[in-house]
Amino acid sequence: MARVSASKTATAARRSGSEEGPVPDREQLLAYYRSMLLIRRFEERAGQLYGMGLIGGFCHLYIGQEAIAVGMHAAQRAGDQVITGYREHGHMLAAGVSPRSVMAELTGRAAGVAKGKGGSMHMFDAERGFYGGHGIVGAQVSLGTGLALANRYRNDGKVAFVYFGDGAANQGQVYESFNMAELWRLPVVYVIENNQYAMGTSVERSSSETHLFRRGASFNIPGEEVDGMDVLAVREAGLRAAAHARSGKGPYLLEMKTYRYRGHSMSDPGKYRTREEIDEVRKTRDPIEHLQERLAREGAVDEAATRAMDAEIKEAVADAAEFARTAPEPDASELMTEIYVEAAV
Amino acid sequence: MTDILMPALSPTMEEGKLAKWLVKVGDKVRSGDVIAEIETDKATMEVEAADEGIVEAILAPEGAEGVKVNSVIARLQGGGAQPAATAPAEGAVQVAIAATAAASSPATPPPASLAAETPSGPTVRLSVRDSLRDAMAEEMRRDPSVFLMGEEVAQYQGAYKVSRGLLEEFGPARVIDTPITEHGFAGLGVGAAMAGLKPIVEFMTFNFAMQAIDQIINSAAKTHYMSGGQISCPIVFRGPNGAAARVAAQHSQDYAAWYAHVPGLKVVAPYDGADAKGLLKSAIRDPNPVVFLEHEMLYGHEFDVPASDEWLVPLGSARIHRQGADVTLVAYSRMVGVALAAADLLAAQGIEAEVIDLRTLRPLDHGTVVASVVKTHRLVTVEEGWGPMGVGAEVAARVVADAFDFLDAPPERVSQADTPLPYAANLEALALPTAESVVAAALKACYR
Ligand SMILES: Cc1ncc(C[n+]2csc(CCOP(=O)(O)OP(=O)(O)O)c2C)c(N)n1
Ligand SMILES: [Mg+2]
Repeated sequence: MARVSASKTATAARRSGSEEGPVPDREQLLAYYRSMLLIRRFEERAGQLYGMGLIGGFCHLYIGQEAIAVGMHAAQRAGDQVITGYREHGHMLAAGVSPRSVMAELTGRAAGVAKGKGGSMHMFDAERGFYGGHGIVGAQVSLGTGLALANRYRNDGKVAFVYFGDGAANQGQVYESFNMAELWRLPVVYVIENNQYAMGTSVERSSSETHLFRRGASFNIPGEEVDGMDVLAVREAGLRAAAHARSGKGPYLLEMKTYRYRGHSMSDPGKYRTREEIDEVRKTRDPIEHLQERLAREGAVDEAATRAMDAEIKEAVADAAEFARTAPEPDASELMTEIYVEAAV
Repeated sequence: MTDILMPALSPTMEEGKLAKWLVKVGDKVRSGDVIAEIETDKATMEVEAADEGIVEAILAPEGAEGVKVNSVIARLQGGGAQPAATAPAEGAVQVAIAATAAASSPATPPPASLAAETPSGPTVRLSVRDSLRDAMAEEMRRDPSVFLMGEEVAQYQGAYKVSRGLLEEFGPARVIDTPITEHGFAGLGVGAAMAGLKPIVEFMTFNFAMQAIDQIINSAAKTHYMSGGQISCPIVFRGPNGAAARVAAQHSQDYAAWYAHVPGLKVVAPYDGADAKGLLKSAIRDPNPVVFLEHEMLYGHEFDVPASDEWLVPLGSARIHRQGADVTLVAYSRMVGVALAAADLLAAQGIEAEVIDLRTLRPLDHGTVVASVVKTHRLVTVEEGWGPMGVGAEVAARVVADAFDFLDAPPERVSQADTPLPYAANLEALALPTAESVVAAALKACYR
């Protein structure tokens, strides 16, 4: 797909292709399929629990965008960091956080990833290098660039993966961050999840440059457009971008063309697009069906195998929902804890 | 068999109308299919099936109003093994849990004692949401230099539907959808105001105005002074402020004290519909920058609002919502409702509270508060934000300075717990002021 490159090095790196990982084997393909399906089923269940009043506040589902979290995760190395916005349930699951602890956070229970204090929009898992889950549109871009600054400072070979939406791509701090990231050659991969809408505003109505992969050009950050509905295309681009960042060449920008099937949050009347538009994407570009067809075509998996996987995932999600429904709320004393780090004496 | 329950489609929804069924008995549905349309006070929403199966029965007929969240609206047959969380036998438990969650949401119905204080002249029954909309529409009709700008204000009709219909009436030149760039468009608004226009800048919520607070304070508030009076900035920054329901720390903050700290700004935070309308109209006409703090939890509440196009409530005047001789309760925004509910509880214990709605925080109507304390000898302040360095601290300090000899007890302050707002329902309920916590503070002030 389309690319923009403001530096010769970037072009060379892309052409070489040598930094891309090996072609995924059958086991890996199945793992991607499984991971995407888990996210899909998990989110459907989360939507249902929201409807029952078990999940409160704002709840932004990731349905339709699964290939991005999963494909990019496949391009990451242990120790790399991830940071994103409020649409993060899928990213957490892709990172290997248990469905139980994500769902329990959604229901506000003590067993949740953030002890029930953060909720749907604010999830963290420090052990896995998952730095949130941020509710303020665009904030994660500067924060993620700061993670990369720490990596460069320590020279530890880690890369920060920073995800944000097409709407967030208009925030000023994104460009302040881009400038510093390139200026200081920070190891960061920016991933714009362009699902075509920011709430009810389409990219065309909010952006003078709608090709968001070009947004780094005036800072000399190479960018490319990627089919975000194809987990393998995502993975390949992710590997390329990560190799660039890890080798000391600085930031890299990926624009993932994707689509969200559900409303912006659960409370979105969705009058800004037609049902037909949504159905068309579901029918023709669905990332899960796409991979399933490929697996079947290559004889990597038969229907019985996918059906078994479906059942197993349904079971895992039902278990997470049941756990999240019955797990206890945080103790009242939690209200006043963790406001400050208790200083070591 | 699976029950399909009336879904909650927003953080604050308790019931809705079943506007339309898109499936009928016997239809096969797949997860993700749109099966019905539901109307809430904000919008019409589509309901998607979360399970597969055949529609066996439709229990809430099309057109049914006031269908409670979580009641069974239809039943599905088949669809393979049902996950535990939706097994019918557990329905009762789910409803019970959901009911607790709903009870802990901070919505407070307007107490009966309010009826006595409605303004004279012909009135209409209006939601706070529509009162605000009418205020903007009337001022835009009156003055062509008034325009509205913000995220989702035009085509989407406002994220909270406050600007419903304005695009249709005034067109895209005066009702402007912006990208998500608060710092930028707030700056554009201030610049346009310096050039003589009268922008209304909507922040989707005031949490996002923190991106723009530099332009509000450094540019809007100070330019008149810095320019030696040459340049003024007639602008209104408005939007919902404070805690909604379960939206957690980054989306639940009361900025009243933050802005009320700043010379050059006027700061307004109305409670009822008549004040919301009259104060917003005054704010738009005011030649200074005004920060106008609304409350999402009040948008759907209905009040009697004067029908007149010239209904103006002056900035800088408090309102006595309820007379009482025993203790003065001072509040603003949603906390006025909490204070009024507390006053009803106190009355049952023989204590008559006077409830003052500050309405404007800067300039503060200090006289009304002092006069009340001179009468009651006791002061309780109520705010949704944090207590330290807060509105209550300011009110108490001024009362101590000016009415020290009239106080029979130290002033009491009720505020949000001194912590970021937690997500968990039980913790959130513990964090926010309630009628009960106001009663406890009042009893303490009364030595009871
Ligand atoms: C600074 C700020 N402004 C506004 C909002 C309200 N808001 C939340 S999400 C959103 C849309 C963001 O769209 P996009 O960046 O495209 O991400 P998507 O939701 O599509 O994943 C808006 C306006 C916010 N949370 N923070
Ligand atoms: Mg988007």
